[in-house]
Amino acid sequence: MLQRQQRRRPRNLGDALFQGWAWLMAATVLLIVLLLVYRLLGDSLPGLSRFGLGFLVAQDWNPITETFGALPAIYGTLVSSLLALAIAGPVGLLSAIFLTELAPPWLDAPLSFLVELLASIPSVVYGLWGIYVLVPILRDPVERGLHDALGSLPLFSCAPLGFGMLAAVLILAVMILPYTTAVARDVLRAVPNDQREAMLALGATRWETIWRAVVPYARSGIVGGLMLALGRAVGETMAVTMVIGNRPQVSACLFNPAYTLASQIANEFTEATSDLYISVLIELGLVLFVITLILNGLARLLVWRMEGGRRGGRL
Amino acid sequence: MRKSYRWRRFVNHLMVGVAALSTALSVLALVAVLGYVAVNGFAALNADFFLRLPTPVGVPGGGIANAIVGTFIVVGLATLFALPIGLGAGIYLSEFGDNRFGDLVRYLADVLAGVPSIVMGIFAYGLIVARQGHFSALSGGFALGVMMLPAITRTTEEVLQLVPRDLREGALALGISRWRTTVSVVLPTAAGGVLTGVVLAIARVAGETAPLLFTAFGNPFWNTDISQPIATLPHTLFTYAISPYEDWHTKAWGIGLVLTALVLVASLLVRYVGRRR
Repeated sequence: MLQRQQRRRPRNLGDALFQGWAWLMAATVLLIVLLLVYRLLGDSLPGLSRFGLGFLVAQDWNPITETFGALPAIYGTLVSSLLALAIAGPVGLLSAIFLTELAPPWLDAPLSFLVELLASIPSVVYGLWGIYVLVPILRDPVERGLHDALGSLPLFSCAPLGFGMLAAVLILAVMILPYTTAVARDVLRAVPNDQREAMLALGATRWETIWRAVVPYARSGIVGGLMLALGRAVGETMAVTMVIGNRPQVSACLFNPAYTLASQIANEFTEATSDLYISVLIELGLVLFVITLILNGLARLLVWRMEGGRRGGRL
Repeated sequence: MRKSYRWRRFVNHLMVGVAALSTALSVLALVAVLGYVAVNGFAALNADFFLRLPTPVGVPGGGIANAIVGTFIVVGLATLFALPIGLGAGIYLSEFGDNRFGDLVRYLADVLAGVPSIVMGIFAYGLIVARQGHFSALSGGFALGVMMLPAITRTTEEVLQLVPRDLREGALALGISRWRTTVSVVLPTAAGGVLTGVVLAIARVAGETAPLLFTAFGNPFWNTDISQPIATLPHTLFTYAISPYEDWHTKAWGIGLVLTALVLVASLLVRYVGRRR
């Protein structure tokens, strides 16, 4: 016992100072997260105490009478993100399959690079492109055509405006595509070759090998990647704010203007006049924070389980 | 139920085609966005665009010089804030962090990385703007800095972990103290990787708008005072894009091109340098 203590403690001053400094910086990271949570809770307290949990399911949003409900924004956030994932998920997975399993190796690296470039374009540039390229195309041929042909369905029954849920969904789908592709590619690559060879030896076609032996093996990683992408979509602000039309309403029609939590905050924060108004907007931020926390937690759990533990040269 | 070979072969060809098509679709999306930004943006670029201040609405000409300088100031502040903390925390996690506290910090850094950018804006607003009573470049820099922090921390840790254990043991065996080992042996070995991570983190936040909406806010005039509102490229782009003025729309495309080029060039450069090592 004595020996161990003696061996652990004798350190020179430099070591103690250096480790102390590094510890302090690490503690600062911890402190910042605590401060973030504390501020979010503290600043949304007036709204929390005024409306309670009913805030989450109330539909009205009227700053003049000071009645606030988060349902339209929560609904818009979930619908836009899930629909975007419904597009970007399959496309991303299929692209990843093409890149890892089917494409010749010389094609894999440059194509993967191009797809990843999508992730580095700033959100506000997507928004700009959305306003002046996507929305006009949506308004006339796409939404008008759908409305004329299938207007009896509630999904397409409202006036084709261009700015609205559909535009947000499509922009979000493009924006999260690189994430779904990249994660799926990484986990597919981690599948051992035995898995493929065994299936091929049984006489399976290439697609059967991929679909029955490779993809199931990588399933938890793929699902984790999809959730990570969903987390991105939920928190995406600028591009969505610029094309979603910004109206707090719950509507089944895809062409109607809507709101997401992030876009409602972005759009109204600087206009908020009363303390209560600001506090409910911060409460929207709190709801958003909690949603992303849950999604990221689940995603990480799934991806980690797939990738296994960490290694390293730690002393 | 056995499916005929012909059917199986058909499904195989079909799905290979669909997979190739998906990849083509992704690349097409990239080309569509970059193409429009390049073509429309290029038309807006001229010397005045980079060197002049914005003109009042309706007066032609002018530029976005203030926003260019503003972006450098705000991103510089963010780096100044995030770099020492991120480096220190990364060093801690890699060299001393094999314990409960290390795991907690690692987890919280990941949580921070997942926080939506708009929430960072709210955080900086509550912490700085609400107290000061006015928007400022400083609060914008803080918001972006907090966004950079987890990226720098985790990259530093990962890169330091790649330094072989032998190197550390060799240095210690020569009688060098632990901190000298870290500073003079481990860090220089990993410097390239750390730099890559830092540049990528900077490039990523340079295009962020949401955290600046109610922190740096924007400013049509010249400003280098960090306690005052300041114009930035992404925020100016946003304001111009949603404005009703034709001239501003042109300028918005110009800013879009500059911003995208800035971020892309940084990522490409880092990738190129990283590959050569």
